[in-house]
Amino acid sequence: MYNAKYVIAGIIVFVALFSTPFWAGMLSGSYQRPELVLPQGEKECIEPAAFMRAEHMQLLNEWRDQALRNENRTYVASNGKKWEISLQNTCLKCHNQPAEFCDKCHITNSVYPYCWTCHIEPKGKK
Amino acid sequence: MNNSRRHFLKVAGISACALSAGLAGVAQAQAGSYEPNAQGLKAKRWAMVIDTRKFTSAEDYKPLIEACHKAHNVPDVPGNQNIKWMWLDKYDRVFTDDMNAQLPEKFKKGMFPLLCNHCTNPPCVRVCPTQATYKMADGIVAMDYHRCIGCRFCMAGCPYGARSFNFVDPRKHLADPVPNPAYPTRMIGVVEKCTFCAERLAKGQLPACVEASNGAVLFGDLEDPNSVVRKALAENFSIRRKPSLGTQPGVYYLI
Repeated sequence: MYNAKYVIAGIIVFVALFSTPFWAGMLSGSYQRPELVLPQGEKECIEPAAFMRAEHMQLLNEWRDQALRNENRTYVASNGKKWEISLQNTCLKCHNQPAEFCDKCHITNSVYPYCWTCHIEPKGKK
Repeated sequence: MNNSRRHFLKVAGISACALSAGLAGVAQAQAGSYEPNAQGLKAKRWAMVIDTRKFTSAEDYKPLIEACHKAHNVPDVPGNQNIKWMWLDKYDRVFTDDMNAQLPEKFKKGMFPLLCNHCTNPPCVRVCPTQATYKMADGIVAMDYHRCIGCRFCMAGCPYGARSFNFVDPRKHLADPVPNPAYPTRMIGVVEKCTFCAERLAKGQLPACVEASNGAVLFGDLEDPNSVVRKALAENFSIRRKPSLGTQPGVYYLI
């Protein structure tokens, strides 16, 4: 190999720089799950919590298209319970403190949906 | 060698098909199902009949406009950037095909109510590049503001001027809290218009302007011979805006 010492030194520097995110991640503290304030006095969401956690964004998209385009404004949940399809009038009736619920995970995951430019953000109980 | 490559490709193709079919099956597995509201009003083709003979002045239309704008959080923006769901204009600007120079005083000076015509052939839907505006099965031309990119092609396409663009944040010109907290507002950069109160129909209520009109504005199914609109159209002479364009408006005026 020509110029072996420069090439090998270069490779070492490159690998060190390239892997900095991993080192930074390992050295910093472990991931803390954000602590949510669940709605008071409500026991169940429209679907099981695990499904809602993973799929709420797809569900909201489906709700929007079904309600606005197909005029299917009633959602029959997997347990047979019927719900009015409305972010503002169904979801936010229980989840009336977005700052303590939605924002906690969204901010942790660097997700910034702009729901409140149109939908009315509930003020919550103070 | 050739033979075995052919065989390999065959097996690979079949397995790719099977795998993607399986994945599609998983992706489609959804938790719940959807249905229309049980109490909602249904029609094959919604239409409106405005009996202008029952209104004597522009003041008479005010409660209708107020009811509409309150129900949908429509802001009152001063100047030429106002948002219009329902508004008034003069006869010669409403019925532009009617060019008669000599008209009764009522038509020369009177004001007539305007709103989205919910056309059978809506030009706004044809020109929308994102399908943010669309025609529903019941004839209502609706909008999904989530998809609107604010290109304003629909405003150029609409021959009735029924669409308004949000040049400014509409919340700046709305009370806080908004007049109807159960209905969203719009944001800067989207186009909006009358929706024939699709959200009220789904709850079994008539449109806000119809409710506020004390029977002077009729609303019903154009395909149903026994509906109030069909009866009103059968008994009275009616006109529509710019019929020569072939858009087939769903708003009829009794003159």
